[in-house]
Amino acid sequence: MPSTITPPEIDRHRISDGNNGHRPPTDKRTGGNGEGDGDNWNNRPRGHRGPHERISQARIGLFFALGGDLMFFVALISVFFVTKASGHFDAYDHFINSWLPTAIPSILWLNTIALLLSSVTAEIARRAMFREVDAMDEWFGLGRPVSYRAAIWLSATLALGLLFLAGQWVAWDQLAAQHVFFRSNPSSHFFYLITITHAVHLFLGIVGLIVALAALKFSRSLATRQVWVDTTVWYWHVMGALWIFLFLLLEFGQ
Amino acid sequence: MSIPTTPGTPPNQGAPSSRGFIALRWARRAPRAIFSTDHRIIGFGYLVISLIAVILGSLLSLVMRMHLAWPSWQLPLHGPILPEEYLALVTMHGTLMLFFVLTVAPQSGFGNLILPAQLGTRHMAFPRLNALGLYLTALALIILVAAFFVPGGAPIGGWTAYPPLSSTPLAGPGEGLGMDLWLASIALFAVATTLSSINMLTTITKLRCEGLTWERLPLTVWGWFTAAILSIIAFSVLLAAILLLFCDRHLHSGFFLPAQDLISGVLLQHRGDGSPLLWLHLFWFFGHPEVYIAILPGMGLTSMVIANFSRRRVFAYRLMIATTLLIGFLGIIVWGHHMFVAGLNPFAGTAFSISTIAIAIPAAAKVFSWLATTWGSRPRLTTPMLFALGFVSLFITGGLTGPILAQPILDEYLHNTFFVVAHFHLIMAMAGVFGLFCATYYWAPLLFHRTLSEPLGKLHFWTTLLGAYSTFLPMHFTGLAAEPRHYSQLTGIAGPSATLLQSTLPLQRHITASAIFLLCAQLPFFLNLLLAWRRPANDPADANPWHATTMEWAPNALNPHPNDEPSIVYRGPSHYTDSGKEFSPQWSPVNTFNTEAE
Repeated sequence: MPSTITPPEIDRHRISDGNNGHRPPTDKRTGGNGEGDGDNWNNRPRGHRGPHERISQARIGLFFALGGDLMFFVALISVFFVTKASGHFDAYDHFINSWLPTAIPSILWLNTIALLLSSVTAEIARRAMFREVDAMDEWFGLGRPVSYRAAIWLSATLALGLLFLAGQWVAWDQLAAQHVFFRSNPSSHFFYLITITHAVHLFLGIVGLIVALAALKFSRSLATRQVWVDTTVWYWHVMGALWIFLFLLLEFGQ
Repeated sequence: MSIPTTPGTPPNQGAPSSRGFIALRWARRAPRAIFSTDHRIIGFGYLVISLIAVILGSLLSLVMRMHLAWPSWQLPLHGPILPEEYLALVTMHGTLMLFFVLTVAPQSGFGNLILPAQLGTRHMAFPRLNALGLYLTALALIILVAAFFVPGGAPIGGWTAYPPLSSTPLAGPGEGLGMDLWLASIALFAVATTLSSINMLTTITKLRCEGLTWERLPLTVWGWFTAAILSIIAFSVLLAAILLLFCDRHLHSGFFLPAQDLISGVLLQHRGDGSPLLWLHLFWFFGHPEVYIAILPGMGLTSMVIANFSRRRVFAYRLMIATTLLIGFLGIIVWGHHMFVAGLNPFAGTAFSISTIAIAIPAAAKVFSWLATTWGSRPRLTTPMLFALGFVSLFITGGLTGPILAQPILDEYLHNTFFVVAHFHLIMAMAGVFGLFCATYYWAPLLFHRTLSEPLGKLHFWTTLLGAYSTFLPMHFTGLAAEPRHYSQLTGIAGPSATLLQSTLPLQRHITASAIFLLCAQLPFFLNLLLAWRRPANDPADANPWHATTMEWAPNALNPHPNDEPSIVYRGPSHYTDSGKEFSPQWSPVNTFNTEAE
């Protein structure tokens, strides 16, 4: 949960607010602006009315994006099943199905474990963003414990993610050594198609992690850091869950 | 029409004497405008893209019509139209119009310009994502048009790009590099539309102003909302299909290809037992929702405009919300009706036939609501109102042939004839374009700070309506007389079919003449825009000339000042007195007459 004492950002340098210009330098820190002890949420520009507003907006956006992504993989997987079942009749009226299951390199099990672990570290980093004690410390000016704690776990996630991608590379390499290429068989088409499209998605997740780490280092606003870490981690979780499904499909569904 | 780059300042800031330097001013402003994340500038950008596409697409259709009526006609500077060139024209006309006009203009163009104001918000949820969508769309258009200029020319596979002909350069000129460019362009377009839809859905979900509950949303917003959901679902599947087709073309897979194929005398071997039918499933899973993406915003606008000029509430408002969503939902599960003659399992055909005919229920409910809203009122027949009524008319005319084509047994005869061309041009192309004209005339006072001329607008409406019906109604008859579509030439065919087709030739010439008339009928529209640009801007006091009730007409709703109070909505749209003279807009805290608060 986002902490209720999140120090809100100072809007001084916000440019892309749809007003095409700079906002007047108003300080909207908690308790200021003659609003007594109130959080002054009512006078905030739209879209910034509450501590939850930005993060829930980012989450909703991610939700819709992942909905589209899900449909992309649904299309691929339906083609997988159609292709697996299709065949033709030869001159002797035999049903010929040219699908030869691709033997999945066992390193994929290790990769899967790495990806599962990376989701655990990512979740720890995400929860660290919302620790009220740390937010309070930062608000008092006692360093940046929120960023510090999250950055460690997020770096671990990044390392595990890169490990997963490297492991996938090894798997492709092993298959190539056995002369199993994309073009070899309908089932190998799908092995490469599914692992590569997933790897591309995971690579986007890696980019997201790097941006989130940069935000942890450079952004003054806790809200901004929370948005980046939170959405990246949710994306990472969904890609992990998707991988579990794709891996089971490749391992047992051929 | 100057684009208000600085909100809050009058658009016609420059003195008249500086008009000569307008090019210079534009050159100075252009980079800032092009790389802006302001949703109004992005909206205008989308409109510019679709204006280019619509002009190009119309010219292509004109060449097609000339060739059909007079096969020996020579295009100046080019010569005779060859059959493959005709097919390239068909492909590019369809692609430009479907993607870059009917998807871009109503959804991304007017959606960006009007939606935030109707929600009472100052910005979109993800401005940078929104801008990225615009750049990708522009890039997609450039890549698509580039296909004309590469060796082999533009692709000839139709906008549906059916394999196996779209999978190999052997199938004809344009199926090599031209087809690759087509695939790249549409893939980019799919990504762009998905990004723009994510932005739009998040904006509608999260940034509605205080008091704007879901039930108080104008039906235009419901149209955009449903179309955006459809876009995300449909374009993702299209992207996957394009990826697979790309693999078939270049990576020796055979997702959509049978084990052996004889194309242009060459025997092609593929791995596996793919099926072109699989592409049809994936493509039409995108293609049918695409039709509703094009038409749903127009439906919403028609409801609001008809209510406003009839000074009535929208008849059965909640039902209209429900039918919008229901049309969207049914639109996803009817794709098989495009495949009745493609070797679809007849049982599947029956299921798709039933779901297709079921769309007639929410569609008819919409038509009844439009009629009931105007019934017995004394509508002000302004130009936007006329275009909204024209939309209703075309929707009925085009829609009535829908249940006919939804029956596999009838479709078997009609599918490859001009009957289908008539059907989808009336209901999708013409109704969609009437929705766009309605939007332009209706929102011109907001977008250009000028009202468009009524006499010119009415001239534009009546001639366009006449031209639309005169062009597309006779296609039903030539289709019933078995005129096939996708044929570049109807003369010179041997056998009894020659006599059959000969009888359609006079109608062919009539259709071509009508198409030319329809294009010329657009001149008053452009003249109207030009004249409006020369006129001084409207008095800001006259900011709501149609006495409309929705939020975009609130003072400064489109150009809010940073220090403005946040908007608050007090009621649903379309609250008028019985006489229609007084009305309570959504933003007014005062109820001008007695009505139960919602």
